[in-house]
This record gives sequence, C-alpha cells and structure tokens, in this order.
Amino acid sequence: MRSYTPKDDVQKKSYYTDRYWVAPQVPKSDVSEDAVFAADHAELRAHFEILEAYIQRDQMVVYIHPKDNYAVLEFLRDHCGYTQLSELSAIDWIAQRGGFEVFYQMLSMTKRKRIRVKCFIGENEAINSVEKLFRSADWSEREMYDMFGIKVNNHPFLKRILMPDDWEGFPLRKTYPLQGDEFAAWYEVDRIFGKEARDIIGPEIRDAARVDRYDTERFARLGYEVPKGTPFDPNQPKTSLAYQEEGGVFLIEGFDEEKSTIISDRKR
Amino acid sequence: MAQHQVNYLKDGGLPVALTSIDKVVNWGRSNSLWALTYGLACCGIEMMASGASRYDFDRFGTIFRASPRQADVMIVAGTLTKKHAEFIRRLYDQMTEPKWVISMGSCANTGGMFNTYATVQGVDRVIPVDLYLPGCAPRPESLQYAVMMLQKKIRSEKAIKAQKPKRLM
Repeated sequence: MRSYTPKDDVQKKSYYTDRYWVAPQVPKSDVSEDAVFAADHAELRAHFEILEAYIQRDQMVVYIHPKDNYAVLEFLRDHCGYTQLSELSAIDWIAQRGGFEVFYQMLSMTKRKRIRVKCFIGENEAINSVEKLFRSADWSEREMYDMFGIKVNNHPFLKRILMPDDWEGFPLRKTYPLQGDEFAAWYEVDRIFGKEARDIIGPEIRDAARVDRYDTERFARLGYEVPKGTPFDPNQPKTSLAYQEEGGVFLIEGFDEEKSTIISDRKR
Repeated sequence: MAQHQVNYLKDGGLPVALTSIDKVVNWGRSNSLWALTYGLACCGIEMMASGASRYDFDRFGTIFRASPRQADVMIVAGTLTKKHAEFIRRLYDQMTEPKWVISMGSCANTGGMFNTYATVQGVDRVIPVDLYLPGCAPRPESLQYAVMMLQKKIRSEKAIKAQKPKRLM
C-alpha cells in the first residue's frame, strides 16, 4: 500500500521538486584568454592579493579580501579605467558558508569591459563603504544594509532606504519568509491602532484562492449585486446594470439604455 | 420675465420643486463627490483616465482634489504597502465627514498578486471601505460604475442625522 501523505497543505508547498536537480554552472574560462583582462589582472595582482579570478560571460570576476575593497575599487577607477560602479549588492550564503558575498560591478567605458569584484564577509562582519569613490554606492549600500543587514563602515547616512525605519528583520535574507514574519504580519495594525487591536482586526488572509461566495457584503459579481447580508441564492437571476433607483432620482435625468448611443467604433 | 419672453407656465413649468430635505442634501452630496487624488499604482492610471476628457468624471460632479480636507471620497487606486499604511490612515482621518472610500482594484481589495511581506492585504485592514471594485486594473467604465453605485448608496442614506464616524474598530 502506498504511504499516506497529507494533502491538506498541498497548496502551500511546492508542487514539484526534483531531488536530482543540479544548478547549471555558467562556464568559466581563464583570465589569460582576454588580453585586456589579463593586463588588468596582472596590474591588480601586483598590488593586492587576488584569491581567485576567471572570465565568465565575457566579464572578469575577481575575488579579493574584504578589507581591500576600497583600495581595489580606487585602483580600478584611477589606474585601470573602470570609472563606473554600475551595481553593488550582496548574496546570502549564510546557510552554506556562513556569510555574504558582496559584489561590485564595474564598467569601463573606454575599454568597453566589465569587471565584477567580489569579496566574502561573515554574517556579523562589516564592510567598508565605497561611497567616497562612487556616489552611486550611497543608496546601494543603504539598500544592502536594508535588505541584508550588512553594516557598512564609514557610510555617511546608513539607515534603511526601502523598508520603514522601525522595521525588524532583513527581507532579502534567505531565512526571511516571503509572506513576512509575525512582526511584518501585524506591522500596520501595531503601528496605527496598537497591539490591542490585533484581536479585533484579525490576521491577514493570505490564501489567494480563498473565495467566499457566501460573503455577500463584499465581492458581489457585477449584475448580481445584493444588499448586505442577503442569503446566498445559487439561482439568482442576473439583473441589468442598475445605475439609478427605479422611479428616477430627484433632479437627475434618468439613464435610459434604449435612448443612449453605443459607439461601435472605439477609435472615433 | 415678460421682457425675456419666458413663460414658465408653458416652458418646462414653474421653477419650483417640492421634495424632502433628505433628497436635496443627498442630491448635493452624491453629485459633487470630490475625490482625493490617490493613485498608488497602476490603478491610478485608470483613475486618471477616468478623470480625463474621454470618460469625463466631471459630468458626475466628481472632481479630483489634492487635499484630503476638500475631498469627500477616497479612491484607493493601487497597492498599499505597509510603509504607507499609516499615511493612508492619516489622510483618511483628515477628510471631513461625511466621507466614503472606494477600494479600487485587486491590490486595494485583498493585496492582490502581492502576497508578500511588504503589502497590506486589503486596505480594509486600515480604513473602513464602502465599495470594493474588482479588477486588475478596473477599466474607467468600471470606476464610473463604482462611483454611480456609491451615489446610489449615498442617496439611500439618511441625510439629517448625527454623522456617526465610521470606525474600523
């Protein structure tokens, strides 16, 4: 006999998981294959310790020590021509490796090349700000702090940028539930009405498939409108759209569907 | 009126109408529903289209006001984030009685497709709603219909009575 699996929470779970699925790896090639990158890599290696470097999808990826991040970016900007910091964020590897991978995406307009500088920091470690080098790092680092909780040293104004200031938790961490923890679920109620209102307002209804056809106070279908509290009738006839009460409205000309002109050409 | 050649007895009757206070007040209220400009997301575009010349909200007396103190109806058009929830409550509290709320579109009704940590799952968690308008996004015709439904609701209310403030809780 087949073993019993509970089906009552089947919508909450992923309906299909492949146990043998392996994430496809983007092929990496050696730095020496591209002359421009090889020169940049040689210059970088002369000044800093490079942990790893390879070319992936025509971009060079360079792993450095996190303490070097300011100096490496400054070097790339001033000596290698990578004058733009187009992106900056982090990747959550807490479960696998106990920390974050911070990446800086650099662009050289003269060389038409992109370099990704990566460094790994532990979960509770801070990283130096590069805001003095690139103004674009200001908001990016604030967002990194907001979403991952990575502290950024020497940042001029490190506070949350997207979430409210009194928010608890860091939403882009893998451990953060998509539909929010308890703090998130009650945030607006706590903030506006206070914690004692939780019982009155009730929990959030998160099931998008929940349709209560007996709830006639709310989502009555068009053409099937009923007054509040009317018991549900499966054989309710469709009524024409009633814009006004029967018998007309005081001082308002009644709408008559027969008299109105329906425009067939919508582009008229 | 002899000089203007107007004969009221002949041309449309005397300029006198007999009615009740309720009807006069509700006529005034329902036909000058000034809406608060409150587009939060893509529904706001449909709301703007409703106000523009093709769909023409002005013929219902619905004029968009940028101040909650001059508005009668709040059309919540779009996704309400949790960060913004306290401000919608503040704006609602600043509106003068009597006031009504139309929750426009799926996001305002239930949170819609944004089943996430950052979205309020229905504005009725924060402010009392009079009319839920389904759709994603509702077309301007639907919003017009919603306004006409709201007018119908206003006409059915007692005009002269103590306006009990609507409370969510």
